[in-house]
Amino acid sequence: MEKKNKFYRVILYAILIIFAVTIVVPLIWLTIASFKQVHEFSGASTWALPQTWYFKNYINAWVEGQMGTYMFNSVFVTSLAIIFSLTLALPAAYVLARYEFFGKKVIQALLMAGLFVNISYIVIPMLIQVNDWQEFLRKLFNNEANFFINNHIALALIYASCSLPFTTYLLMNYFKTIPNAYYEAASIDGYGHFEIFTKIMIPMAKPSIITITLFNFLSYWNEYIMAFTLLTDDEKRTLPVGLTFLKGAERTLTDYGKVYAGLVLVMLPTIIMYMLVQKKITEGMTLGGLKD
Amino acid sequence: MGRKKQQNLFVFFALAPAVICFFAFMILPTVRIFLMSLFEVNKYDAAQTKFVGLNNFITLFTGKIDGTIIPEIPLKIATSLKNTLFLVVIVGIITLFIAILMASILVRENLKFKNLFRIIFYIPNILSIVVIAGIFQAIYEKEFGLLNAVIGFFGMKPVDWLGTGSNTIVLYSLAGAMVWQAVGYYMVMYMASLSTIPEHLYEASALEGAGKIYEFFHITLPLLWGTIRTTLTFFVVSTINLSFVLVTVMAGSRSDNEASVILFEMAKQQSVQGYAMAIGVITFMFSFGVSVVMNAITKRETYEF
Repeated sequence: MEKKNKFYRVILYAILIIFAVTIVVPLIWLTIASFKQVHEFSGASTWALPQTWYFKNYINAWVEGQMGTYMFNSVFVTSLAIIFSLTLALPAAYVLARYEFFGKKVIQALLMAGLFVNISYIVIPMLIQVNDWQEFLRKLFNNEANFFINNHIALALIYASCSLPFTTYLLMNYFKTIPNAYYEAASIDGYGHFEIFTKIMIPMAKPSIITITLFNFLSYWNEYIMAFTLLTDDEKRTLPVGLTFLKGAERTLTDYGKVYAGLVLVMLPTIIMYMLVQKKITEGMTLGGLKD
Repeated sequence: MGRKKQQNLFVFFALAPAVICFFAFMILPTVRIFLMSLFEVNKYDAAQTKFVGLNNFITLFTGKIDGTIIPEIPLKIATSLKNTLFLVVIVGIITLFIAILMASILVRENLKFKNLFRIIFYIPNILSIVVIAGIFQAIYEKEFGLLNAVIGFFGMKPVDWLGTGSNTIVLYSLAGAMVWQAVGYYMVMYMASLSTIPEHLYEASALEGAGKIYEFFHITLPLLWGTIRTTLTFFVVSTINLSFVLVTVMAGSRSDNEASVILFEMAKQQSVQGYAMAIGVITFMFSFGVSVVMNAITKRETYEF
């Protein structure tokens, strides 16, 4: 029996390790390969370490591949989209969770339906729509401004809007769990609706605000298809879009080192953040366990 | 009375920005898909745009356009739908199988480094789809790619994983990338659900001498079934999206024929707005239809604990 149990455990570990290897090995290989020079890809073994740690790939990606500019664009669009999503979703979620009013059911139902509309489904009509709007606004103001196409602020607003169903849903569920007593106590103390919301409810909702911001950060930072469609100007691209162009240029030059350096530059911020947050989540879980 | 008015004002101003943005950037584009699919759109002269009923759909399904028949049109739509369905089904079955297996190992078994494994398995889900495409281009690369290096180790000949000509191999390669990306996410969902199953159920069955496999099929799976069905609906939507982006980034222009998926056809037709929107409608119908069928197939008596 004891022996059989041991055998069983070995099999379990084997399954887990095989799967973990398929995830970790490509990532490590890619990171190592990002330090290789062009000629090392065709001649040497796939598994060979780089002859020298060729940091110039990163400089090439950053400067020639313009990944530096794209990094800045990505940081700008992502942070703005996070700010937009919280300013839009927090009050809406709070009101939907705690007030009764005409049309509430309809709004909730539409938001729920929105959960099933993926950004890829609507990217083409979105392009047509914002093109029309841009034409209209240009005629109206008689200028050539980029109101929607090649506009980072507009892209951030579109990101925030498209993530509204999920963001509102999650925050709404949290606001519902805050006991009514807080609300009543604040009311008696003479707080108005707005003050209760900003001074009491938002601070209390901090944990769920952090959670949703992390999810949104990942989806905004990684988003490709909408940015690819709405940002046509070379200078305006975000990191994922810029990366595909780095790869496109590479097909003729086969400078794989530079491409892999670009890949590492795109995934590094998300992996670092994930590792940091992972710790926070485990800590939170053990704390919750102690309280029970 | 003044208090009631104050409250209404607050509700209005709290909701208005979100509702306006949601309407402008989600509802309007969605409505546009359904509406414009019934029109022949003239981009340069809006006055020339005219209502054509279901003509765009007839063209897509029969190839009939201005009296002549172009058989490539329905063929392409059929191929892309077939490919999309193939990916949804294949990726779905493999992803769910691995995710459930991993989740039940990590929750049920008393092993070391569980946390580490969970952290690793979730990593693909935090990467951009463009990064995943890049990783899998490196894996599938014909000359120095990882996969060919691995199978070469076992004495097998290198394979052109993303090559054209042999339809099925590209699709299987895409499916591999999609499974790799999705498993971690569903695993974490199932882990959360599994950890709520009361321990005494397993203790009772262990007392009666039931084996691990019996436990899995008679306790774990039935109690997880509700969660699996919920995730399936989202799975269909996200797989259609993922296959589109992956095909766009990985195969690019080569995916013209073999590996096309439905949204890719929509993007290709974007200059002919009526068609593009009609394809969009088909995509919506398709994902809805697949979800309904999946729901029907997976319908079982639900168990409560």
